[in-house]
Formats: sequence, structure tokens, C-alpha cells
Amino acid sequence: MAVAHGAVHEEHRLGFIRRYIFSQDHKIIGIQYMMTSLFMAAVGGVLAMLIRMELGWPGGHWGVARWLFPGGFSSDGVLKPDFYLAVVTMHGSIMIFFVLTTALSGGFGNFLIPLTIGARDMAFPFLNMLSYWLYPPAIVVLLSSFFVAGGAPNSGWTAYPPLSALRNAAPGSGLGQTLWLVSLAILIVSFLFGSLNYITTVLQLRTRGMSMGRMPLVTWAQFTTAILMLLSFPVLFAAVVMLLFDRHLGTSFFVPSGLVVGGQLVTHQGGNPLLWQHLFWFLGHPEVYVLILPPMGIVSEILAVHGRKPIFGYKAMVASICAIAFLSFLVWGHHMIVSGMNPLVGTAFMVTTLAIAIPSAIKTFNWVATLWRARIHFTPAMLFAIGFVSLFITGGLTGIFLGSPAVDTYFHDTFFIVAHFHFVMASAALFGLFGGLYHWFPKMFGRMMDERLGKMHFWLTFVGIYATFFPMHFLGMAGEPRRYYSPQMYDFLRGLAGLNMFVSVAAFGLGLAQLIFIYNFLRSLFRGPKAERNPWHANTLEWQTESPPPHGNWGAILPTVHRWPYDYSVPDAMDDFIPQTVPAAAVPVAGGALDDGLQGGAVDEPPVAGSERT
Amino acid sequence: MAHDAVDQEQALASDWGGGGSPFAVGWPKLMMWLFLVSDTLTFAGLLAGYGVVRISLGRWPDRTQVFNLYLVGAMTFILICSSATMAVAVSAAKRGDHRRVIPYLLLTVLGGLLFLSGQAYEWTHFIREGARLFGNPWGIPQFSATFFITTGFHGGHVTVGVLYLLVTALRWARRSIQPESVEITGLYWHFVDLVWVFIFTLLYLI
Repeated sequence: MAVAHGAVHEEHRLGFIRRYIFSQDHKIIGIQYMMTSLFMAAVGGVLAMLIRMELGWPGGHWGVARWLFPGGFSSDGVLKPDFYLAVVTMHGSIMIFFVLTTALSGGFGNFLIPLTIGARDMAFPFLNMLSYWLYPPAIVVLLSSFFVAGGAPNSGWTAYPPLSALRNAAPGSGLGQTLWLVSLAILIVSFLFGSLNYITTVLQLRTRGMSMGRMPLVTWAQFTTAILMLLSFPVLFAAVVMLLFDRHLGTSFFVPSGLVVGGQLVTHQGGNPLLWQHLFWFLGHPEVYVLILPPMGIVSEILAVHGRKPIFGYKAMVASICAIAFLSFLVWGHHMIVSGMNPLVGTAFMVTTLAIAIPSAIKTFNWVATLWRARIHFTPAMLFAIGFVSLFITGGLTGIFLGSPAVDTYFHDTFFIVAHFHFVMASAALFGLFGGLYHWFPKMFGRMMDERLGKMHFWLTFVGIYATFFPMHFLGMAGEPRRYYSPQMYDFLRGLAGLNMFVSVAAFGLGLAQLIFIYNFLRSLFRGPKAERNPWHANTLEWQTESPPPHGNWGAILPTVHRWPYDYSVPDAMDDFIPQTVPAAAVPVAGGALDDGLQGGAVDEPPVAGSERT
Repeated sequence: MAHDAVDQEQALASDWGGGGSPFAVGWPKLMMWLFLVSDTLTFAGLLAGYGVVRISLGRWPDRTQVFNLYLVGAMTFILICSSATMAVAVSAAKRGDHRRVIPYLLLTVLGGLLFLSGQAYEWTHFIREGARLFGNPWGIPQFSATFFITTGFHGGHVTVGVLYLLVTALRWARRSIQPESVEITGLYWHFVDLVWVFIFTLLYLI
């Protein structure tokens, strides 16, 4: 076991910088991703508050906020229109790319993949370190766009040309937009390095007995997400390169002929703005599944562990993850139904879009069936997991409305869309993130979080989310468009002022409730009670090692896996959980994994010392 | 229970049962394959963009009037030959035939350099005739823009490939790498050649 001892010695030899800053340990990298993402979540959250300030009280005077963003407010404290658009753009970009993607894939993916499959680290730890260290530069470039002439981009997180392609189209279309594109290009390289590592690690470094059919669903979700990222982000990269060429080198891939901007005829000609939309949404739709698949895996894990029941329909869960991933590449056109598309193509995209409802419904029913007659422990993690299912259903149902071109034509670019994706993607993914943090915090930091504060955080967040986003359905149905600086400038929207104020107050409450989480997180980090190895009595491998796991994860000998991860409440068993490392001879295997051949009652040979790899 | 025991033994020893690589390859090779899949999609994005722009414009210059297809044909031939020399280097490395690895790697480098010089000549000629990213004498600006961006992106890949080949040759000479590393370099090089075949067909011929 020279290897393992070597790893332990190496940990002692490494200085502070190599251990905690430029670390190649997947656990540290995962925690770095998580912490940075949580910081960015705070930035994105403050921007959301600015949006709600403006929409709740259009043209209101906010002296305090002016102190925070001097350039964004006029001298009497009124939020400027172009700054409002910049805030909307940056809120979306930050939350989607720099918070949810990085926290769920970068944070949980890095931390959990090697631990749940019984590996010592990722396949290529150095590349993993590079993946993280491209993320802070991307943040710096992105946020610096607030401080350049013209400010942050105004074109939304989708960066549709010509607003994003012509440098004088809007104040933020200048240097700010360029910085946005460069920042995204850096982040795409970071995601590429990450997903290469995840896929290779899952395929190559599973420990003995950990067949694909015995992998926990959280790992399946991360694996599939990495494939989505590997295949979808390069297309956005190509599009970003073309858009940068359009902006700075005079090509016109995306700029049509005959545009007049600022009273002058644009010299670009013959480009096709729809091309950007196709390329963007070819990434953009898989991207929303990049955000929702990892929470689905996390929630599946939490429901089984805190409900003390095997997950219902493991095979169907794996199959539906794969089906969702496959279909996600065939639905991008449903974002473009009003962009000018042959109605026949729109109908084809409607069929694929509605087809995604099938695997999504399979997953939802399986979660509910897992909860059926479960011995539910209402821990904060479990509450957030149940909350996730609720939000996913609410948002998923409106997704079925919007998949139909006839309905979408009316709802497109209204607050109905905002409500839809904030439920199904944003809030649901956020609940997955919170649930995962409450669940794995003891493993990450070796301390427990406070349950009472966690429950308070859950209830305020859950009520806050519904109070904030549910009324937006009505705003959308009444015709309020998204991204408008001041909807109340229009007569037909003036009656909605009250509802908008209610939404804003709810949003402020929701924002304040997150302070409870920050307090609980920071306090537990230093003062929380020490966590034991397996505080939730879970079966998966990460709970069978110390909390937090040591460098190299497993001490001298790699674990051997003898069963699927969901043997909870097995009849006649002594405990209500049987870890994956318990041989079949000790307690019979109860559940069914993908490969039935793996289920057997005989003793495995003891772990062979030399069989592990580095 | 006896056959269960056998099943379990087989599960632990099977390709997908964990504890080993299901494809019997090292992780660097698998990672290179995955990277190439990803890179394919970048090129696919560029070429799809080219296709959309060209189809939506409806007219396109006659390439036989603009390009010297004999030159491009020769470049293509050289690049394909360099794939052959690469294959010889890989198989020599696998057989342990140390003397043949370096010469054939260097021949591959030569092929890459010849291709790049051909491309440099072609670009210079094209630019002298008035082709720019934002316009050209043949009337359709996207014609030269897609040409520069696609062949440029590919040329960048060839340049990186030449450097990668040189590093591999150097490390092989120092005996610091395994035959599999030569093979991985070969995967990248063959990929670059294969992409060129698509670019040649789509940009010059069709």
C-alpha cells in the first residue's frame, strides 16, 4: 500500500498554498467551487433585489442603493434604464453560468464523484485544478464590465444580436458586452476541463464491484450532466468566437443588411441573427438540464436516505436521466417559436418538447412513490428535497403550456415565462443546492449544521419563492413583458402596480431569509458540533470514510462494493441501512440494481491489496 | 448459492464491474477521445454557421474562379500522407521499434509544416486579391469571413498539432513516455486531418 501511505505523507509535505489554494485534491476543489459560487449567488441575489425595486416602484428614489452602485442611479436616486437592463443581464448570466452550473457541477460534482465511486481523486487532478482556476478570472472579467464605459451588457443572458453584435446599439453593447463574451469563453474552457475529468473518472476509476448499475443516482446525474456540458458548450464557444469577430473584426455572421443604429446605416450586411439563436439555444437548452439534472440526483439521494426507503424505480430513474439528456439536444427550437420559423418546424419542436415531459413525470412519480409510506425524517435536507419536487411540478406544468406553439406565441417574453423558468429551473435547482448542502455539509466540513435554523430557512424560502414567483404567472397572463424598465408606462399594465409591489415585497423577504442560511453556514463551519462518519445512516461510499475524508479518501485500502446504494429498511436486517461495502453474505441484498447478475448471496474475495490504481 | 457466487465473481471481474477500465484503455487516451468529441462540436458549430449563412444568402462565389484547387488538393494530399506517416510511427512505437519512431514523427511534422506553408501562401494570395473579413471583390462578405474563420481555426489546430508532435518526439527520444502517448498524439493528428477533409469538401468543393 505504498500508494496510500505516499498520499498521506504527501499531504503533510504540502504547504498551505498547495493544500488549500492551488490544491489538486478534488474535495478542496469542490469546496472552492462551492464557496466561490455562493459568493456569486450573493452578487446575483443583490442584482435581483435591484430588479424588484425598480419593478415594484418604477422611478422610485433609492438613495441607499445609489451609494452601492454610484454609476447606476441618477443624482436623485432613480435607477437608470440602461443600468436596469445591465442588471437584468448580469443577474441571469451570473445565476445560470456562475452560480448554479458552477455550484452544482463544479462544487458537488468535484466533491462527490470520486467519493461516491470509491476513487482516490479525479483522473487528472492537475487539469481539475486548472478548471477551478479559470473560474475566478472569468468572474473578474465579467464583473469588471460594470466599471467600463457604457457599463455591463444590456442584451440579456441570451445576448441576441444585433444588440450584442453592434458596439453602438446600446450603452452596454460596448466594451461591457465584449468582456461578457470573453468571460464566457474562459468559463467554457473551465467547464470543458471539468467535464473531461468527470466522464473519464466515472468510466475508469470506479472501485471494485461499483458497476454502473450500482452507482448512486447523484453520480449518474453528474455523469450525464458532464456529457451534456461536453457536447453543448463547444457550440456556444464557436458562436461566441463568431460574435466577437462580428463585433471587432467587421464580419457579419449575425448582423442583417439595412440596419440603422443612431441614425446611421450599419455597414454590416447579409448576416443572419437567427443563426445566433440556433447556436445559442443548442447550448442553452441542454444548459437548463445541466442545472436541473444534478439537483434531481441530489434529491433522489436525500429522499432515500432521509425517508429510510429504497429509491422507487432505480432503473427507471437512470433511464429517464439518460432520456432527458438525449432529448435536451432536440428541443432548442421551442425558444424560437416567435423568432420566425416555419410552423412545421415549430410543431416538430413541440413534439420533442412535450416528449421530455414523459421522463420528467417518471422521475416525479418515482420521488412521490419513494415518499409513500416512508419513515420521513424532516431534516432541513429532506424539507428542501420535498420542496424541490413541489417546485419542479409547479414549473414543469407551465412548461407543458409553453411547449405548445399556439400558447407560447401569446406568452413569449412575458412574465409567465419568467415565472415558469424561475420555478422549474432556478428555484428548483436552488433547492437542490440547499438540500445538497444541508445533506453533505457534515462530510464536507466535518461539522453539523443547525437544524432549527435550517428549518426556519426552509419555510421562509419555500413560502418566499411561491409568493414571489407564483403571482408572476398572472402578471404574464395580463401581458406584462419581461425585461421592460417600467411596465407601468403603459396604460394596460397600470392596474398591475399592486401585484408588482406584492411580488417585490415577497422577493425582499426571500432575500432576507437567505441571511439565516449565511449565518447558519458560517457559524456551523466554526462552531457546529463535530460530525460523525455517517450522521444520516446512509449507504453510499462517501459516508463510510471519515468526516471530512482524508487526503486520498480511503486510508490504505480502497473500498469494495457489494450491493446497490439503496438497501434501506431491509426486512430482517439488524439496522435500517446496509452500506454498499457490506458483503452479501453478512446481510442478503434486498434491492434490485441495473444488472441483476450482480445480486448474489455469496462472499466476495477480500480486497486485493495490489488491485488499486493511482 | 453456487451460481450466485460465480455471478458475483464475474461481476467483480467484468469490464464494467469497477476496479478497471471498461474499454481497456488508460485515462489519458479516453480523455483525448472525449476532447476530440467536444472539439468536433466546435467545428460543427462553425461549419453549421457557414451552411446557414450560405443557404440564407442564396448565392455564393464560384470557388474555381477564386481558389487554386490544385494547390489545395496538394495540401490535402500532403496532410493525408502525414496521417500515414503518423500511423507508421505509432505502430513502430507499439512494436518497440525505437529507431523508426522519431524519423516518422519528424516526417509527420514535415507534412504539417508543408500544409501550413501552403495555407500561408493561399491566405497571402487571397488577401492580396482583396479578401478581408468584412468584404471581398466577389461581393459576398460572408464568403471570405467563413473562409478565414474556419481555415484559421483549423490551421490553429494544425499548428498546435505540430508543436504537440515535436514535444512527443522529444519526450520519446528521452524515453520518458510510453507507446500509448505516441498513439494519443496520433489520435489528435488524425482528427485534425479528418476535420480538414470536411472543410475541404464543404468550403472548396460543394
